[in-house]
Amino acid sequence: MATKLIRMEEAISRFVHDGDTIVIEGFTHLICFAAAHEIIRQRRRGLTLCRLTPDLIYDQLIGAGCVGKLVFSWAGNPGAGPLYAFRRAVEEGIPHQLELEEYSHYGMVARLTAGAAKLPFYPLRNYMGSDLPRVNPQIKTVACPFTGEELAAVPALNPDTAIIHAQRADENGNAQVWGLLGVQKEAAFASRHTVVVAEEIVPETVIRSDPNRTLIPGLIVDAVVCEPFGCHPSYAQGYYDRDNAFYLRWREISKDVARFDSYLDEWVFGVRDRAEYVERMGASLTGLKARTHLSKAVNYGY
Amino acid sequence: MATDPGKMNYTANELMVCQAARQLRDGEVAFVGIGLPNLACNLARRLHAPSLVLIYESGAVGAAPERLPISIGDPSLVTNSLSVCSMFDIFAYYLQGGLIDVGFLQGAQIDRFGNLNTTVVGDYARPAIRLPGSGGACEIAILAERVLVIAPQTRRGFPERVDFITSPGFIDGPDTRRRLGSTGGGPAMVITDLGCYEFTDGEMILTSLHPGCTLEQVRNNIGWDVRVSAALETTAEPTSEELRIIREELDPAHLYI
Repeated sequence: MATKLIRMEEAISRFVHDGDTIVIEGFTHLICFAAAHEIIRQRRRGLTLCRLTPDLIYDQLIGAGCVGKLVFSWAGNPGAGPLYAFRRAVEEGIPHQLELEEYSHYGMVARLTAGAAKLPFYPLRNYMGSDLPRVNPQIKTVACPFTGEELAAVPALNPDTAIIHAQRADENGNAQVWGLLGVQKEAAFASRHTVVVAEEIVPETVIRSDPNRTLIPGLIVDAVVCEPFGCHPSYAQGYYDRDNAFYLRWREISKDVARFDSYLDEWVFGVRDRAEYVERMGASLTGLKARTHLSKAVNYGY
Repeated sequence: MATDPGKMNYTANELMVCQAARQLRDGEVAFVGIGLPNLACNLARRLHAPSLVLIYESGAVGAAPERLPISIGDPSLVTNSLSVCSMFDIFAYYLQGGLIDVGFLQGAQIDRFGNLNTTVVGDYARPAIRLPGSGGACEIAILAERVLVIAPQTRRGFPERVDFITSPGFIDGPDTRRRLGSTGGGPAMVITDLGCYEFTDGEMILTSLHPGCTLEQVRNNIGWDVRVSAALETTAEPTSEELRIIREELDPAHLYI
C-alpha cells in the first residue's frame, strides 16, 4: 500500500483551508501543538474550531487571528487560570470578534459521537435547570418514543478535518494511543478527513502485535505526519511529561498582546517547522522525558 | 478567618479539605476535581475511606496519583490507575449511568439555591468577565447522587442569584430539580473558609461555623439574609494526623494549602 506519510506543511495546506471546521482533539494529553503552529504559519483565516477544552492551543490560534468561531465546553488554562487571548476576543473583540457555540463536556462528546455514528443528533439526560440551552439554541429537547421522557438533544458534529496525535502509527495511519483517550476516536470518525500525527512511525507488524491498542484505523486516515515532541507543552504518555511550567508562563505571555505576539514571532513564525522548534528548545525538553513504566504484555495467541 | 490567629495552627484551606474529606464514605465513588477536592479525596482514602474510588472526567478510574496532579488530565492519574477509558464512557456510563455518589464542584458564583456560575459575570452576550464555562460541571450537578462545593466566601462570590446558571443546584426552590427530571440529589454541602452550609427546602442554611469565625463575618460575606440552623455547630478542627498527611504526603510543595 502506498504510504500516507507526508510533512506537516503539506498536511495543513491540503486539509485545512480558510473557513473550514477543524477539530484538534486530545484532553490535556496528546494535544498537537505542531499542527496548530503550522496553521498559524500558513495564516489560515475564518476557521471554526471545535474542541472540548480550547486550552493554550486554541488560545494561540485565536490570538493569531485564525479563528472566526469556537465550539467548545471549557475555555481555561488548566491549573493556571484564564485563557487571555480567548478572553480578549470575547470581551473586547481583539484581534476580532469571536462567535461562540457553547456546550458542556458531555454535550460536546455527544455531538462527536452522533457525528461518528452518522446520526443526526444524540440524546442525553442533561441541561435541565441550566442556562446553557437559553444561550445556545442548538441544545434542544426530544421526547423518547418509548417512554415519553423528555431528554436533551444535541446535533451531530461533522468537522471537515480532524487532527489526532498518537504515540505511534504505521505509514497507513493505523494509530495506537494509550493513556487518556479523550474524544479522539469520535472526532476522527466524525470528520470528513483525518490527519494522524505520531511521535514515531512504526512498521505495520508492531501495530499488528497489539491490535486492541489501535484507536484510529488507517482506513479513515488521509495523511500521516511524524512529529516527535509534536505535543509540547502538552504531553505524550510514555514519551514526555506535560510542561506545567510553560502552562504557568502562558498566563503571563497571553495576558499582554505584545508578549503574545513576540511569543508567536519567536516560537511559531521564527521556526521552519517542529523539528526546528524542538532543536531550539534543546535541553529543556530532555528534562520532560518520561520514565519507564511498562505494562505486562498480553498473549494474543489462540 | 480566625479572630485569634495565634491559636490556630492550620490554614483555612486545610480546614476546608478536612471538612470535605469527612463527607466522603468508604466504598463510595467520587468524581474528583483538581486542587482542594483532589486533596480531600486523597486524605479520605488514607484515613476512613481506603476504598473510595476516584474518577476524573479525563477518563481515569480508580486513579492512585503518586504526585499532586496539576491538571485534571495529569499523566500521574493514568499510571497505576484501575482503568482508563474514553470520555464518552465517563459521561455516559459512569455519570449518566448513576455510578457517581459524590461530585465536587467549584464556582465563581454560588447562590442561595446552590446554583453555580462558571460561565460569565454580567450579560452572556456582552460579559464583564468571561469565565471558562461548564466543562463537566453541568452534568455532574444534574447527575451525581450528591454534590459538594468548596469555595472561599465573599459577598461577590455568594450573590442571591447567580448571573448565569451553569450548573443547577436547587434552581429556585425545593421541588424544581425533581420536577425537571434531574436524577442526582443536588448540592449537599457548601464548605467555605467561614463555615459549612447544608440545604433545607432547596436553600442554603448555615449549619456550622469554623473555629474563630463569627456570624457577623458570615453575614458580611454573603449577598442575602442567610438562614442559620437552630442547631448551629462549631466545625471540628483538623486533627494532627489529618494535617500531617496533607502537609507531608499530599501537598508537600504547599501548592494548595
